[in-house]
Amino acid sequence: MKQLSTKVTSNGHGQDSSYFLGWEEYEKNPYDEMENPNGMIQMGLAENQLCFDLIESWLAKNQDAASLKRNGQSIFRELALFQDYHGMPEFKKAMAEFMEEIRGNRVTFDPKKIVLAAGSTSANETLMFCLAEPGDAFLLPTPYYPGFDRDLKWRTGAEIVPIHCSSSNGFQITESALQQAYQQALKLDLKVKGVLVTNPSNPLGTALTRRELNLLVDFITSKNIHLISDEIYSGTMFGFEQFISVMDVLQDKKLENTEVSKRVHIVYSLSKDLGLPGFRVGAIYSNDEMIVSAATKMSSFGLVSSQTQYLLSALLSDKKFTSQYLEENQKRLRSRQKRLVSGLESSGITSLRSNAGLFCWVDMRHLLDTNTFEAELDLWKKIVYNVKLNISPGSSCHCTEPGWFRVCFANMSEETLDLALKRLKTFVESTDCGRMISRKSHERLKSLRKKTVSNWVFRVSWSDRVPDER
Amino acid sequence: MGLPLMMERSSNNNNVVELSRVAVSDTHGEDSPYFAGWKAYDENPYEESHNPSGVIQMGLAENQVSFDLLESYLEKKNPEVSMWGSKGAPGFRENALFQDYHGLKSFRQAMASFMQQIRGGKARFDTDRIVLTAGATAANELLTFILADPNDALLVPTPYYPGFDRDLRWRTGVRIVPIHCDSSNHFQITPEALEQAYQTARDANIRVRGVLITNPSNPLGATVQKKVLEDLLDFCVRKNIHLVSDEIYSGSVFHASEFTSVAEIVENIDDVSVKERVHIVYSLSKDLGLPGFRVGTIYSYNDNVVRTARRMSSFTLVSSQTQHMLASMLSDEEFTEKYIRINRERLRRRYETIVEGLKKAGIECLKGNAGLFCWMNLGFLLDTKTKQGELELWDVILKELKLNISPGSSCHCSEYGWFRVCFANMSEKTLEIALERIHEFMDRRRGF
Repeated sequence: MKQLSTKVTSNGHGQDSSYFLGWEEYEKNPYDEMENPNGMIQMGLAENQLCFDLIESWLAKNQDAASLKRNGQSIFRELALFQDYHGMPEFKKAMAEFMEEIRGNRVTFDPKKIVLAAGSTSANETLMFCLAEPGDAFLLPTPYYPGFDRDLKWRTGAEIVPIHCSSSNGFQITESALQQAYQQALKLDLKVKGVLVTNPSNPLGTALTRRELNLLVDFITSKNIHLISDEIYSGTMFGFEQFISVMDVLQDKKLENTEVSKRVHIVYSLSKDLGLPGFRVGAIYSNDEMIVSAATKMSSFGLVSSQTQYLLSALLSDKKFTSQYLEENQKRLRSRQKRLVSGLESSGITSLRSNAGLFCWVDMRHLLDTNTFEAELDLWKKIVYNVKLNISPGSSCHCTEPGWFRVCFANMSEETLDLALKRLKTFVESTDCGRMISRKSHERLKSLRKKTVSNWVFRVSWSDRVPDER
Repeated sequence: MGLPLMMERSSNNNNVVELSRVAVSDTHGEDSPYFAGWKAYDENPYEESHNPSGVIQMGLAENQVSFDLLESYLEKKNPEVSMWGSKGAPGFRENALFQDYHGLKSFRQAMASFMQQIRGGKARFDTDRIVLTAGATAANELLTFILADPNDALLVPTPYYPGFDRDLRWRTGVRIVPIHCDSSNHFQITPEALEQAYQTARDANIRVRGVLITNPSNPLGATVQKKVLEDLLDFCVRKNIHLVSDEIYSGSVFHASEFTSVAEIVENIDDVSVKERVHIVYSLSKDLGLPGFRVGTIYSYNDNVVRTARRMSSFTLVSSQTQHMLASMLSDEEFTEKYIRINRERLRRRYETIVEGLKKAGIECLKGNAGLFCWMNLGFLLDTKTKQGELELWDVILKELKLNISPGSSCHCSEYGWFRVCFANMSEKTLEIALERIHEFMDRRRGF
């Protein structure tokens, strides 16, 4: 048999991870309210299905946008031929303004510094191709989105070295963790090219604090490396504080137009905030002209369909729509998250206090037989096969502590969420540990939680916010 | 074709952290001299009423001759096709969420059936072997990632599409070793040329992983003969390498009977070890004139390649909105049959117009039977039969005639004086004007 490249035989695609296996199990037996009420409920898919009605009603009132028309006239030909890798100017302008709006218009984005890509999957990989040689490393805080193993490493040959974060401080990034990761890379003889963070974090569901962002900017400055901030969930921030982007920090530190600002890059996408993963709309934002130039040429390998650019430039240019959408999206996500969190608590399960994202980072350590990843996998299998809930085990996100799971809440109806919580409660109460805990009161649970988290976390948690954290 | 050229990153600051070699290399090919032609066009584009003496773009292989057919179809089928159903509702949600790298089944089926129709049913396409990518640009790069490792080589017959230098080599680190073809036999691939290319690679200690052809050929505008395809497949079997056939212009063959797809050759072969090395690339950018929609596909007879390509396509999925719109159009066999037939006819007429026009001006073209361009021979006009001589003539044509055409050297042609001239990306009137300018130019030259 003719041989194929090493990329084929390697496991770089990451498809053997439990993250993807859970998906496969779901595909075999998917829950359906009518047809298959005992089927598996998908809680491993970070999709935002809460605000489609808003987009649908906009579409009904703006039929030209999806019908390839402008002012009633067909522009089919124009769109069909448009394959300029610089992207549609109206669309990039609309993207820039949408990104500004999400950041409270505190920072400005220059459309010329935006490079479009077929989803952030493509954007992240393209940035890697631009910044790293095969064998170079990027530091990533754990836990992180399992897809990064494929997106950042598979075809690029780059390496990921983890920045270990732990529950002792709510999984926040610390200076020592950063230094340790950097040293580890050196030990492995890897040249560190940068740090990549997801802000807000997947799977934690928390936005990075100003302290962490300052730390990161200082770190990359001193090490003379890049910082990639994947802000794909920036529009899902439902906490009462504002989302702080790395761009805010650059501005506050008066670092705009400096050499450091050229090493800070943002990745964005409409897949999570707008719930449009199928349309493949991603973007790289960089202050470095060479990177914008190289990435623009590379985008030839993953251009956004002109049909889609046109539709979305109309949608995002409608400021009345975008402000209403962002506000409503936040409201609905907040209420969904509350529903999940209180449902979990009534089963004696706590989760990391979150203020963003489409999921919660749930603490099931008390349900493990032993404090090991084997036990985590055993628990996960029980939840998948017996309870019929597909959730994501922390190990698939490279978490260093066993027992944490990512549970999505925005990709299903309220009824389905309630059913999932009910099943979980039944399961927990059938286990020894669960029976013990759920008999205790809600108050006892709160104090239990307080003991396992440091004061530091409370300083930054959203209901206790101290003014200078803004 | 050697290693990618590297530019030294000028640093007035020793602490500047470097970008990757890929980022600073010029393997993207965009610094080639002929990009000046594009610039000249952008600065002074011909426009029938407003700028009749502007530069006419004849360097862009676009198909604009059959849009009316597509437009009227979509107009009739609106809103189901673009609006997700007349009420807009459930269709939209599902479509917006659909990011499965298998691609929309209805769309894959439509592509398979369309590809079958183009080949007059002489080959069958299995829906499950179709992998969707954002254009053939992505498909070719993806296949290269899968079939070859960095520093390996693909053999590609010259002249070839300039974009291959970027698509096959840039991020993959794979090399191209040319299979030299010349006009003595209408630029067809010979067994000797194949062996020579293979040997050249071996002598340089480079591992050859496959042969990549474009059939019909860009820039030749001619189909590859059946015998040549059979020889190619034999060669690949003997050397135990892959065969990639980029059939992006298959629907633009003027007479359907003159096109033999590699799929036809493979159709009657049972030996899996032979079939498994064959892969086809296709796209809707040329036949349907939809480059903006980014629809490409890899069709492979190799299960492992299909599986891996599918996973890799995550980096380059086709917008589900576009898949949805085109699925119904391409599965309407009555429409596609009509479209394919009329499109072929219109392209044929355009081709005849330009070739006749050039002949009257004393210019010969390679006998072509497909594509959106003709391969014109201006060797007799060169001062010297060198690359320099060719570029000088090209510059004259750009500056004096205000025609942007593509010099053969940009396609790595080893014979100088050939030019690719596109004819399907403009109105008939504009084509006439271009021919007039050429006539006048030739008259002036003869007047000496």
